[in-house]
Amino acid sequence: MFGYILRRGLGAVLILLVVSAVTFLLFYALPADPARLSCGKTCTPQSLAQIRHSMGLDRPLAVQYWQFLHGVFAGRHFDAVWCAAPCLGYSFVNQQSVSSTLADRFPATLSLAVGASVLILTVGVGFGILAALRRGRALDKQLTAVALVGASMQVYFLGIVARYLLVDQFDLLPQPGYTGITSDPGKWFGGMLLPWITLAVVSAATYVRFTRSAMIEAESQEYVRTARAQGLPPRVVHLRYAWRGALTLVLTQFGLDLGVFLGSAVITETTFNIHGIAQLAVTSVTNLDLPMITGTVLVAATFIVVCNTAVDFCYALIDPRVRL
Amino acid sequence: MIRSRPSKDPTVPRTPAALAWQRLRADRTGMAAGVVVCAFFLLGLCAPLISAIYGKNPYTTYGQNEPGLLDEFGYPTGSMGGISGRFWLGLEPGLGRDVFTQLLYGIRTSLLISAVVVLIVTVLGTAVGLIAGYAGGWLDAGLGRIVDIALSFPSTLFIIAFVPVVQSLFVSADQQTPTWMRVTTLVVVLAAFGWAPVARLLRGQVVSLRTREFVEAARIGGASPIRIVRRELLPNLWTPILVSASLSVPVYVTTEAALSFLGAGIDEPTPDWGRMIHRGAEVYLSDITYMLIPGVAILIFVVAFNLLGDSVRDALSPSGR
Repeated sequence: MFGYILRRGLGAVLILLVVSAVTFLLFYALPADPARLSCGKTCTPQSLAQIRHSMGLDRPLAVQYWQFLHGVFAGRHFDAVWCAAPCLGYSFVNQQSVSSTLADRFPATLSLAVGASVLILTVGVGFGILAALRRGRALDKQLTAVALVGASMQVYFLGIVARYLLVDQFDLLPQPGYTGITSDPGKWFGGMLLPWITLAVVSAATYVRFTRSAMIEAESQEYVRTARAQGLPPRVVHLRYAWRGALTLVLTQFGLDLGVFLGSAVITETTFNIHGIAQLAVTSVTNLDLPMITGTVLVAATFIVVCNTAVDFCYALIDPRVRL
Repeated sequence: MIRSRPSKDPTVPRTPAALAWQRLRADRTGMAAGVVVCAFFLLGLCAPLISAIYGKNPYTTYGQNEPGLLDEFGYPTGSMGGISGRFWLGLEPGLGRDVFTQLLYGIRTSLLISAVVVLIVTVLGTAVGLIAGYAGGWLDAGLGRIVDIALSFPSTLFIIAFVPVVQSLFVSADQQTPTWMRVTTLVVVLAAFGWAPVARLLRGQVVSLRTREFVEAARIGGASPIRIVRRELLPNLWTPILVSASLSVPVYVTTEAALSFLGAGIDEPTPDWGRMIHRGAEVYLSDITYMLIPGVAILIFVVAFNLLGDSVRDALSPSGR
């Protein structure tokens, strides 16, 4: 077990290094002038020259990447400004280090992810099990049909229509938006409610379909048949035996989805104007803020790699064959 | 579920493709979905013809040229976003362009981009999957790591961030990016991430086929690797290839729309569903119709395409139900 974790962990670190190198190369070597791209919309020749110097853009690319990596682990100076580790760069547009801006934005994205995940898992998995147990009957067909339409919905469409109807027309929900949970828990909950529901409708549908097929698959396994043959009550067979088998598949899917959540949250955050990490990326693109752009991309990539590795570890814990 | 009709001559053996087609024909939901999908393709193909008969184009600002069509705030007069006998789906708020022709030409943009991406992704992914799966060894390991890395990029975020960087390479900041370049950039970046899952899927299939008896037999018979791939492996891979391609068309249509919604895809004045939703999201409080029309169009298209994809899969591999 220890050897497997070590191997898999080293692999993850290696992938992260390559991803960061590729991101760095693409964003710093490809543009005609990275300093111009970091300078923002209102750029003066003086600030351009200053940026070029403090980002070290006049030095070879390998040195620049080394400085970047050094900054991530040990911090670095941007002229007079000290950027503490983990330093992902310095935003000249915001006059702030990238990591501190990311830390400011993180709670909003986290709130979105946690609330939506709770809803998606309870609703999606619950209805999925229900559909599997009523396989072939009317309820199953209705659930499958609803899930198909739900999975075909888009957050940018459903979110705005729901907001129009539930918030602006009939005043059933408060205006969506992020408030710090510590400053006003009620407002936090109210503001996140519509984004959570929208995300849940769109993503829970996939989990209904997925859980349904995983349950049906598990129900046909021999150990479930054995349990049934032993005369165990159906409820125990379904929930203790079949569900266990389906659980690993559902959790794997959830881990992978959680990994890409930060990247795909960009649509939800833009639709509901939630100032999270993904929305930060969009505003940085419009503001021409290159350090911030690469910072968000790298954090999102790290998130994916960490979640995928965590899924692998859980799998190895559950299923010893994987470790071989 | 299969209501097999008696063939005219029962002694004539039917090919697997004919059998699959017969199963698809018998699937009523699948056929209905297929008709809807074909209708979208036809509408897109005939967009110039239809708009010529209809007498309008997606670029003219009717509402601004003609007083009385838009009110003092720039919103269409009349109910439902200005839907009338003259403007079938109403007018765009602000600029006052015709919505129906925008939607028609929007089909072309969305479908063209996603079709090209699916084609590239499928060919590239299949090639990589075949090579990795059949060659095995260090080549497989190396390609597997590249796939791992490609899958570790947050693709949506990366594309949003990367599109302006690519464009800054060719176009200076004060110039407009030409439409063909925006389209090419989108296709390239979407394909750059999209091939990896296809390659992974196909590799798995090839690995399980490689050790099957008929492939071993061909190898012992002295068939060259190219012949084995073409005559033994590929015919068995058409099902996963077709299913993954048909299910990824709606994915790319919605991704393209999402990117345009976020402002990283197609921009003015090219007609595009995502761009319409982008504008619709700005004015939804006063004119929800302009938001509803492209949104419902995407929804119908995606539902129909997903249903068709499911039916194609069931028809090709009936045991997989």
